[in-house]
Order: sequence, then C-alpha cells, then structure tokens
Amino acid sequence: MSGGALAAAASTTSTGEALQFWVLGTVAVIGALCTILMRKAVHSALCLAGTMIVLAVFYLANGAYFLGVVQIVVYTGAIMMLFLFVVMLVGVTAADSLKETLKGQRWLAALCGLGFGILLCAGIGNASIKTWNGLGQANSGGNVEGLASLIFTKYVFAFEITGALLITAAVGAMVLTHRERTERARTQREQSEARVRTGRNVPPLPAPGVYARHNAVDIPGLLPDGTPSDLTVNATLRGRGQIRDVSSEALAELAALEQRSQRWLGRKSETGKPSGGAGESGTSENGENGENGANAGSAPNPRGVAK
Amino acid sequence: MNPVNYLYLAALLFTIGAAGVVIRRNAIVLFMCVELMLNACNLAFVTFSRLHGNLDGQIIAFFTMVVAAAEVVVGLAIIVTVFRSRHSASVDDASLMKL
Amino acid sequence: MENLIGLLVAVPLLGAALLLCGGRRLDGKGHYIGTVLAAGSFAIGAVLFADMLGRGEHDRAMHSKVFSWIPVGGFRADVAFQLDQLSMTFVLLITGVGTLIHIYSIGYMEHDERRRRFFGYLNLFLAAMLLLVLADNYLLLYVGWEGVGLASYLLIGFWQHKPSAATAAKKAFIVNRVGDVGLSIAIMLMFTTFGTFTFAPVLTNADHASEGKLTAIGLMLLLAACGKSAQVPLQSWLGDAMEGPTPVSALIHAATMVTAGVYLITRSGAIFNAAPDAQAAVVAVGAVTLLFGAIVGCAKDDIKKALAGSTMSQIGYMILAAGLGPIGYVFAIMHLVTHGFFKAGLFLGAGSVMHAMNDEVDMRKYGGLRKYMPVTFITFGLGYLAIIGFPGLSGFWSKDKIIEAAFAKGGTEGWILGGAALLGAAITAYYMTRVMLLTFFGEKRWAPDEKGHEPHPHESPSSMTIPMIVLAVGSVFAGGLFSVNDAFLKWLEPVTGHSHGDSPLSAAAVTAGTMVVLVIGVALAWAQYGRRPVPRTAPRGSLLTRAARRDLLQDDFNHVALVKPGQYLTRGLVYVDHKLVDGVVNGTAASVGGLSGRLRKLQNGYARTYAVSMFGGTAVLIAATLLMRAV
Repeated sequence: MSGGALAAAASTTSTGEALQFWVLGTVAVIGALCTILMRKAVHSALCLAGTMIVLAVFYLANGAYFLGVVQIVVYTGAIMMLFLFVVMLVGVTAADSLKETLKGQRWLAALCGLGFGILLCAGIGNASIKTWNGLGQANSGGNVEGLASLIFTKYVFAFEITGALLITAAVGAMVLTHRERTERARTQREQSEARVRTGRNVPPLPAPGVYARHNAVDIPGLLPDGTPSDLTVNATLRGRGQIRDVSSEALAELAALEQRSQRWLGRKSETGKPSGGAGESGTSENGENGENGANAGSAPNPRGVAK
Repeated sequence: MNPVNYLYLAALLFTIGAAGVVIRRNAIVLFMCVELMLNACNLAFVTFSRLHGNLDGQIIAFFTMVVAAAEVVVGLAIIVTVFRSRHSASVDDASLMKL
Repeated sequence: MENLIGLLVAVPLLGAALLLCGGRRLDGKGHYIGTVLAAGSFAIGAVLFADMLGRGEHDRAMHSKVFSWIPVGGFRADVAFQLDQLSMTFVLLITGVGTLIHIYSIGYMEHDERRRRFFGYLNLFLAAMLLLVLADNYLLLYVGWEGVGLASYLLIGFWQHKPSAATAAKKAFIVNRVGDVGLSIAIMLMFTTFGTFTFAPVLTNADHASEGKLTAIGLMLLLAACGKSAQVPLQSWLGDAMEGPTPVSALIHAATMVTAGVYLITRSGAIFNAAPDAQAAVVAVGAVTLLFGAIVGCAKDDIKKALAGSTMSQIGYMILAAGLGPIGYVFAIMHLVTHGFFKAGLFLGAGSVMHAMNDEVDMRKYGGLRKYMPVTFITFGLGYLAIIGFPGLSGFWSKDKIIEAAFAKGGTEGWILGGAALLGAAITAYYMTRVMLLTFFGEKRWAPDEKGHEPHPHESPSSMTIPMIVLAVGSVFAGGLFSVNDAFLKWLEPVTGHSHGDSPLSAAAVTAGTMVVLVIGVALAWAQYGRRPVPRTAPRGSLLTRAARRDLLQDDFNHVALVKPGQYLTRGLVYVDHKLVDGVVNGTAASVGGLSGRLRKLQNGYARTYAVSMFGGTAVLIAATLLMRAV
C-alpha cells in the first residue's frame, strides 16, 4: 500500500498506488459532482458518503491509518447518517428544482470556480515537489501511538479546547431544537372527555390500511365503498400533503382479481359492477370525483369529516 | 506517481464543493458541500503529512474532523429549527437581510 | 492707608451684589443701602484725600497691590491700585456726584417698582468707574472700562419695556464695542512694545519706543476715547442714551463715564506727548466734536437731547485741551470737574422739570416755569451761567483757560483751534440761553395731554432739590476755588506736568473775546426766543436746522456707510452660502446617495450571492499571493 513510504526520501510511489489513485480518484470526483448535481438530497448524501469512503482509502494509502478508520467510522458512519436522518425529517421525497433563480449566479459561480481551481492547481504546480520524506520513520512506533503521543503532549491544549467545543455544540444543538411547552399537556382522560363532549370521532380513528390490503402509514385505508379515507392517515402527513393515493391501483387490482376468479369459476360477472363503478371514478385523487362516486353508495362521506 | 496528485485531487474536490455551496439552494445539500470542502482539506493535510514525514498534518486533519462534527451538529439543528418555522429548507427563502 | 484704596471699589461693589442678589426682601430699603454705601465710598475717598493733602507734593501717590491676577510666565497682570492726584480728583468727583445723584434718585425713582435694581446698577457703575480710575495698569482699567459700559447699557435700557430704550441701550453698547476694540488693540500693542501694560513702566519708557508704534497706540487709545466719550465719529449713541432715567443721564452720560476718554488720554499723556501725529488727531477730534455737539444742541427741542449735545460739545473742549499736550492736561481735567458739577446740576434740573410736567420732554410745551419751580429755576439758572462761562462762575475759569491754551498752540493751527473754541463758546451761549428761555420764561405753553391730564407743575421733593442745590453751589464756586492761587494746577502738575505756551493773545484779550461772543450768543437767542412767543410746534427751519435735528445726519451716515454695505455683504455671503457652499454639500450628498442607491442593489439578501463574492475574493487573494511570490 505504501511501498515508497519506507524509503527516507522517495521520488515515486508504487504502480499499485498509482492505479488505485487514478481509479478511485475518478470515483471520488464523480461522487463529488453527483453530490452537487443530484436533485434529491438523499441521493446527494449517498454520493457524498461514497466520496468519503474513497477518501478514507486515500488516507490509508497515505499512511494515515487511524484517520482512515476514523473517516469511515465517524464521518461516513455517524455524520452522514445524521445528514440522512435530517433529510428524512425534512422530507425525503422532496426534489429540488435545479433551475437557477438568482440572475447571473450560475455564470459567476462557474467563473469563480474555474478561476479558483486553476489558481489552486497553479499554486500546487508552482511548488514543484520532486521528492518527499514519507511516513516510514514517523509511523515506526505505530500510527495510532504516534498520533496519541502528539495529541497528548504538543496539542494537548487544542485537544482540551476541542472537547469543550464538542460539549458546547451538543448543548447548543439541544437548546436549538428544544421547544418550550407553554401549557400543560392534556391527559388521555381529558382528550377522551373532549371527544365525547363534541360528539365527533368518539371511537379511536381508523387505522391506515385497515380496510385495504396495504399497510403503510402514508396510505389511507379504504372505506367499504372503496373510497380512501384521509382520517386514517397521520395528521402530519396529511398537513404536508404526503399521502400516497393508491386507491385506483388497488381498485384496479381488485377488479382484475375478481375477473380472474370469475373466469376461474366460469361465472358471469355481475357482482363486480358497483366496485368497478367506484374504480372508474376513483382513478383520480381529486376529491370531487371521489365524492361523486361515493354518492352511489349509502356510506357517509368520511372525507368531509376529514376536512 | 507523485503524491502531489493527491493535492490536485483535493483542490478539485474543494472547488467542486465550493461551487456546490454557491449553486445549490437546499440548506442540507449546501451543508454536504461544506463537508466535501472540509474533506478535501483533510486529504491535503494528510498528503502534507506524508510529504513532510511527520504526523502534524494528520493531527490537524483529526481536529478538523472533530470541529466538523461539532459544526454539523449545530448546523443541522439550525436547519431543523428553521424548517420547523418556515417549512422550507431553501437558503433563498431566508433573504430578509436586504432593504 | 493703602488698604483703604481697595475698599473704595469694594464698598459699592458690595452694594451692587447685595441689591442685585438680595431679592424682594430688600425692596423696601434697597435705595437706602445703595445710597449709604455710595456715601461710605465718598467718605473713604475724603479720608484718603485728607491724608494725601497732609503729605508732600511729590510724595502723594499711593500704590496698593491686592492680589496677583494673571501670572503666566512673562505675562503678569495684578489687581493693583494706584492713587495719585489725578485718580484722587476722579474719586472725589465720582463718589461725590454719585452720592448726590443716589440721593436725588430716591425721590426721582420713588414710583418705580424696580427701584432696588436701579440702585444696584448705580452701585455697580460706581464700582466699575472707580476701578477704571484707580487701576494701575491698562488691563485692569479695561475691566473697569467694560464694567462702566455694562452699567451704562443696563441703565440706558432700564425701562426696557419701551422699545426705544431697549434699542438705545443696544446702540450704546455696540458703538462702545467699536471703541473697546481700539482699547484692546492699544493694550496688545503696548504689551508687544513695552512687554508690560502697567502705567509706570509704560509711561516712563514711552520716549524710547519708535514714534510709529506710539502713534498707533495713541490712535487706538483715541478710538477708545471716542467710543466712550461720544466723540466724532462714534458720537451717535449719546443722544439716544437719554432714553435712560434722568439721574443716569446726569451721572453717567454727563458727569463721569463719558469723561473716561479724557481720563484715558490724560493718563496716557506721555505716549501722546511723544506722538505728535496722534496728538493732532486728538485735537482735530476735539475741535470737530465741540462744534458738532453745539450745533446739534441748538436744534433739539427735547430738553435732555439738547443737554446731551451740550455734553458732547463740552467733552469736545476737554479732548481738545488734552490733545494740546502738557499745556492743556490740567485744564482738561479742571473743566471735567467743573463740567461734572454744572452739567449734573443741569440734568437734575431737567429731571425735576420733567418730573413736574408728567415726563414731557419737549421744551416747546414748557414755558414760564420759573414761577412754579423756584428752586429748580435758581439751581438750573446757576448751572446755565456756569456753562456759558459767566465771569466768576466755574465754567468761566476752566473754559477760558482751554480757549487760551488753544490759541497758545501757535501758528495757523492755533488760530483755527482758538477760533473754533471761541465759536463753540458763542454757540454754547446761544443754545443754553434757548433752553433757559424755552423752559422757564415766556408764556406757559402746556396743554392737557390726550388723556385729559393737565400738568400741574410743582416743586420737587427735598430729596431731589438738595442735590441740585449742592451741585449749584459747586457750579458757582468750584472754578473760582480751583483758580485761587492756581491751586488746581499745582495739585495736578506732579502727575500730568504743565507748560506755559506763548499765546499770541494776552489772557485779558482772550477773556474779552470770550465775553464778546458770550454776549452775541445770548443776544441772538433772546432775539429769537425771548422777544416773541414761541410756537408749540417746531417751524420747518433751515437746512442746517433740519440736519441738526437729525443729529447732523450721523445716523444716516452710519446707515449708508456701515449698515447698508454690511447688509449687502451679508446678502452676498448668504447667496454664496446658498448657491455655492450648499450646492457643493448637497451635490456631494446627492451623488453619494445616488451611488449608494445603485450599490445597494448588490446587497440582495441572498446568502448565496455573498458566498459567490467570498469565493471570488478568495480567488483574487490566491492570485495576489501567487503574483507576489512570482515577483
């Protein structure tokens, strides 16, 4: 992995490392580009995680064994998971529009980026490093031991201050996300009494998917006449408009199943009529049509309650 | 191959990250781009460490990681708080500091 | 004995502080406090005088340093007093006449609710005037000089509810400021020339300084004297100053303050003696003013303004005498003292008449008052005889000497000056006879005023008549007393010096000439006002009369020569300020505003825009670093 590092002053690395660099470097750049170009935040996060893993490999190749492992465990494992967690919290399905709204921002960004990159590369090229020392001597007592002896001697104050910083950050995050409760939480008894007093939704709300064949929290359950009921979905998802309406697919599947069973039983189809009618009108998630379809049956309109 | 190539790679990644910060509107993605820039710096430090033959560069990279962790914790907390009140993670929506 | 000198100033100053800060609880007895303190100051002066008489002729000057005032490096100013024969003369005049006028004011200001304040101002004036004549250096003199200016301002404008009084006070103060600038410049010049402004070193070293500098100092001192003593060209304030209460006119604008200029010139005699050009200017100013004031006095129907013109003219005599050099200093001061008596008496008489006539000042509405106010008539008449130089009375002794000295100047100059002085004496006789005839003789001409109050002339209370009687006695005998055995000359000679000029005319010839012009003046006045009835409204009169009624156009001259150009200058400056200065300022502001309005658009509030600028800035920094390394 680091053949050249053993020499006191080397001028080239092993061919294996060169191959590794070119292959994984390409992967890292592609990952970075994907990070900034993907429309969905979750994809960006995954691409970034890939880039970070490649970087971990490069750390190992450069003799930073401890950092390589820490990169994988802490960065890719913990920080990126934190990112994903927040992405989920904010809404995993939401895709960003890549259309630029600020006038000239793209051009300026491209110009600055290009100039910046060229200048950086020029600066590195200007340094014209031909030979290097390698870490053979520094890592001779073991990489982790070497780092440890530096951290706890030369950099001990920086280390302590960083510890304080971490604690501050943790407390800060707690303070930022903490919401002050302004009134006492209502007990279960009070809630049920309030429900009885208003006379609405006296029994518990129906569970999602109770009347249907799906069992995901964002899919509304179907009423006996086949119309979906928003009441069955969590109020937060309802508020965000993140309800997946699968009633039309479900009804189409139902109709197909009944047709198949009838063909299988050799009977004439007569009973599929009402559900088929509901399926026609329920193809759209538009509430108007759903209501019209529901009027054919005698069931009360649950969507009206939901509204 | 010369390890200086790692530095070129780091420069490239840093530039891509910076461009992402400028281009993207989603605060979370923006944050990821910042992380990308930090990682590019870390790669440069690790490479410097190798070129100089001592471990100080790795120590710096280590501290960078710790500080980045702290930064991510606070930054994401801010994003969550802003999202809670504005129902938006776009940095362009928070443009009240103008006339 | 030296410590008493400080008390002279301190006593009236204490009175002023008491009366001005004491508040209403002193309203009932304030005038007594003021009068007693003035009399106390006079008593101290008398004690000092007696002490001074007891010493040898050249041993009489006293010096008293109270404290070190401004000791800054080479610049030293002390509050120190110098009491010599000249100062002593003034001290007795100021405190004596001052005390009499305090007593007079008790009666005159009886019905004024601000009487306590009036006495406070009077005491303040006494303190300032004493400081002026007792100071041993020009800077302390300047303090007194400004102090009397302040007191004069406060007292002219005492009836400040009258707009005319407020304006007159302002006018007096501003015109005086012009003169004060002259005094301050003179003091600065003295300091640069002599390195000090204490009298003794300045005056003894005056011979060693260059004549040009001495002329400059002399002219500046003359300017100061012109301002304070109402001499041409700074004379315009004195007529208006008659807006003040009559005791003020008598004390400040006749007997004492306006003579401060004469004191200044006499005190600085050594400087003028060494600067003939400045002396010539002094003489010219005196001669012009004595005719100017006399002509103005002839035309005025307001009794106080006629007397003000007379004051101006008489001070012109004094300035003329002071400008003649050692030959005239003593006579200038002697005329000053006798004038202090008779002019104060005349003003008090005028005040008594006004008091009786419901504050009417127009002489054409008097007439025949001698029957109603015998005491006033007699005292006023004695003052009249004294001022026109009736043989044997005060004015005769002093004025005659001045005319004589003017002739003694020699050459054409002497004839011109002597002629002017003689002509002035004739006019004086004319206008004073006119005042006398219009006021006390002829038919009564008063009538009910618009409210129907007919004046009932009556003799004034004794608090007013007693001072008039005392002053009349002074008017009659002072001059003679001074001239017995040349007593006054011998008294002052150690301070001012004296020389006898060789007059082309003998003393007897001058006296005879004076008598002749006196008779001519009186006869002319009698022909015009005594023989035939006086019209109640003034006739249109000749061009000269009309000009003289307007103070010989002095205000018009000031208006055209000073006020108008000043206004044009101000308007021009305002125009420049509006168009040019404001234009530049507003233009700068507008361009900055416009630029900011455009730059503001860069601040669009989007964090990403700021990020781009940071990004670009970093790129520029890197470029700069690389360039620096390459270089």
